[in-house]
Amino acid sequence: MSPLSRKCAWSGLALSLGLGATAHAAEVNLYTTREPGLIRPLLEAYTAKSGVKVNTVFVEKGLAERVAAEGARSSADILMTVDIGNLIELVDRDLAQPVRSPALEAAVPAPLRDAGGRWFALSMRARVLYADENLSGLTAATYESLADPQWKGQVCLRSGQHPYNTALISAFLVRHGAEKTEAWLRGLKANLARKAAGGDRDVARDIAADLCEVGLGNSYYVGLMRSGRGGPDQQKWGQAIKVVLPTFEDGGTHVNVSGAVVAKAAPNREEAVKFLEYLVSDEAQAVYANADYEYPVKAGAAIDPLLASLGTLTIDRTPLLEIARSRKAASLLVDKVGFDN
Amino acid sequence: MAAARGLGWAGATALAALLLSPVISLGLAALGGGSELWPHLAAYVLPQAIRDTALLLAGVGLLVIGLGTGTAWLVSAFDFPGRRVLEGALLLPLAMPTYVVAYAYLDLLHPLGPLQGGLRSLLGLPSPRDLPLPDLRSLPGCILLLGFVLYPYVYLPTRALFLMQAGTLLEAARMLGAGPYRSFLRIALPLARPAVALGTGLALMEALNDVGAAEFLGVRTLTVQVYATWVNRSDLPGAAQIALVMLTCVVALVGLERLARGGRGYAGSARRNAAVTRRGLSGWRAGTAVALGTAPVVLGFLLPAGYLAFEAWRRIAGAGWPDTLAVQTRNTILYASLATGVTVLVGLLVAAAPFLLSARAGRALIRAAGLGYAMPGTVLAVGLLGPLALIDSGLFEAGLATVSVGLGTGAALVIAYTLRFLTVTVGASEAGLARIPHTISDAARVLGRGRLATLATVQIPLAWPAVLSGGLLAFVDIAKELPVTLLLRPLNVETLSTYLYGEAARGTYEDGAVAAVLIVSIGLVPVTLLLRIDQNAIWRR
Repeated sequence: MSPLSRKCAWSGLALSLGLGATAHAAEVNLYTTREPGLIRPLLEAYTAKSGVKVNTVFVEKGLAERVAAEGARSSADILMTVDIGNLIELVDRDLAQPVRSPALEAAVPAPLRDAGGRWFALSMRARVLYADENLSGLTAATYESLADPQWKGQVCLRSGQHPYNTALISAFLVRHGAEKTEAWLRGLKANLARKAAGGDRDVARDIAADLCEVGLGNSYYVGLMRSGRGGPDQQKWGQAIKVVLPTFEDGGTHVNVSGAVVAKAAPNREEAVKFLEYLVSDEAQAVYANADYEYPVKAGAAIDPLLASLGTLTIDRTPLLEIARSRKAASLLVDKVGFDN
Repeated sequence: MAAARGLGWAGATALAALLLSPVISLGLAALGGGSELWPHLAAYVLPQAIRDTALLLAGVGLLVIGLGTGTAWLVSAFDFPGRRVLEGALLLPLAMPTYVVAYAYLDLLHPLGPLQGGLRSLLGLPSPRDLPLPDLRSLPGCILLLGFVLYPYVYLPTRALFLMQAGTLLEAARMLGAGPYRSFLRIALPLARPAVALGTGLALMEALNDVGAAEFLGVRTLTVQVYATWVNRSDLPGAAQIALVMLTCVVALVGLERLARGGRGYAGSARRNAAVTRRGLSGWRAGTAVALGTAPVVLGFLLPAGYLAFEAWRRIAGAGWPDTLAVQTRNTILYASLATGVTVLVGLLVAAAPFLLSARAGRALIRAAGLGYAMPGTVLAVGLLGPLALIDSGLFEAGLATVSVGLGTGAALVIAYTLRFLTVTVGASEAGLARIPHTISDAARVLGRGRLATLATVQIPLAWPAVLSGGLLAFVDIAKELPVTLLLRPLNVETLSTYLYGEAARGTYEDGAVAAVLIVSIGLVPVTLLLRIDQNAIWRR
């Protein structure tokens, strides 16, 4: 081994042990609860454009705990989550710092960011109805109607304790109050065709297998399945369902966001803000739309054709902050009705 | 001499503090919350969660004891064509992470999957509704799945025990006219009890701590409830409270088992034990033996691994080799090797602590070493965040460090892995040391060797095969570990299991399948070695 390659080998070893992972100039450190594969195209595009290296770590559970424990010595610059509840938790635990940025404020509509600049939504996904493609009469639906006895034994759903469902139940709670939400959950549970388990794609697969007629799933899974990126099997599941954008009675379709905060102790604060500004630029919003089949937050940004074909999205007006604040109550209600049992 | 003992005591105290620190830190977190969660839990959560957890553990326990001792007896007491291959193959499920098996089986057994699809086309049934089969997403499904993956934890030590200790006694039983069933039930099984208990304990702990498979299959165990409380409600104090109550129950159960075992020792005699003479089988008997022995291998390994290999092949044929896998493989091997080294060394010292320090302190240390395995991985990792941060800030204030050496570094991962799997190497080393007849170490001491010298020159060499097999088991566990790695790893460090989890979470199974096959392949190396070492251990005696 030559001295140089030996040096390379040692530095590679040191790097993978996390030694010398100190902050350099022109770097930004991203802690994310989001699967790295989904945002890799964005990170690579940013590095290619700006020369800034984005270091990442995917921390699915316990992001807030880790950053809180790291405290003032944390190397985290940006914390990114896929659920509004987890995002607000970061703010509530004082792990975020306020950011003033005209670019961010211009790009992200007011309901999708904190007035104090402590959090910003970066992309949206809608909780939509997956239905058997043979249900030709079904062209519109409300979330409320899923508890109708007409769907008895016909609904497939993932766990009620999964953040995607908890956020929806939380929105229901804000809109209708505890009593009506509990009755709705009981009705919905009575309609389940199988245990509330698995993932959103399993809903489509089970509909394809004729185990159930309808279910709820996130909009971007439809893009992932139908595009064939998850393989030919998933493409078949995606084609076996038709998608209806359901709404609340007198409301719109429930959306959740992926979003980010600048970490309180961010060692590369300026780079962090610049990176966030990039994430809401036309270019990055297009990557979100194309790579992840997510709705852009920026008004007027292009939507992926696959996603656009699902229909026109009317976003429900329930404030995200209220949804985040009610998720604990929603989660307790899920327990109370034994939704997952 | 006195200085060495002083150092030993200091080391043991520091280690005990580290072992207890996650529990203390969780205790502090639990105190931070009130008791308002418990009426809700008692009314709506616990009755069902306790029932499901108890049924899961009982089911998995029965299954692993049945499969583990049955197969161990089969390959130790009988001879039939393919026995030697089967002897090794029975260990293969060890290499499979349970959540990966859950993913694979759901694909295989789904109404749209190959098995049900094939069955329907055979029967000429067009729709899955015409062939309603039980759903894997259920408690029985979870029990079967975990049982068939976890039984090697019982098979491995039980087989070793059958081979090592049973020979002379079985010979005697046979001469006295006992048939194979009788000698199994009356001699072999009672004799194997410590090994069965050790293996079952490990398997049940794995089952209890499993979140991936249980959650995916819709089984709401107590551990799953800890996660719901913590992650979905941001209620760490509440989650810590549940976790601590669970931990107390586990510790109490382990204590009861030890109590029931009493002070009985299982040290061997200095005399060489006779190997079991295997009873030759032929004809339909041999066929039955092959079928019975092969079934767990097929269900626990070949079927899911074969499916993954097929998916991986499809991925590579279509889109080539994922370019990041080489680095992830290197990271996995690197961390697993480092952490295994530390875990073996510390495990050996802990197991020898009753001999090196004092019997009482040593036993306390051995119990403390089991704590990390008795709680869910993420809970342990969360419990470690505080202590690691404390070490960091201590070093900072003392001016001994300028960057973090604990949190967010590889060191944190190695510490966490060690705490998590220490009981595996402690248990193996304990067993290895216990097998050495007291007369040998006593002789060394009488002849003037110090305790440490006796340990290093006499006991460790004799116990080495057992120590090493503990290390290999720990290596396999660390290489497939997920929750601790996810929470504590440094920036930009991806291992095969974190990568696989990310891919599985976003549904790109094919990419994940290649990583899964690699995890299994890495696990196969130590699993193969495990078997050879076992045999060496026997021949050496």
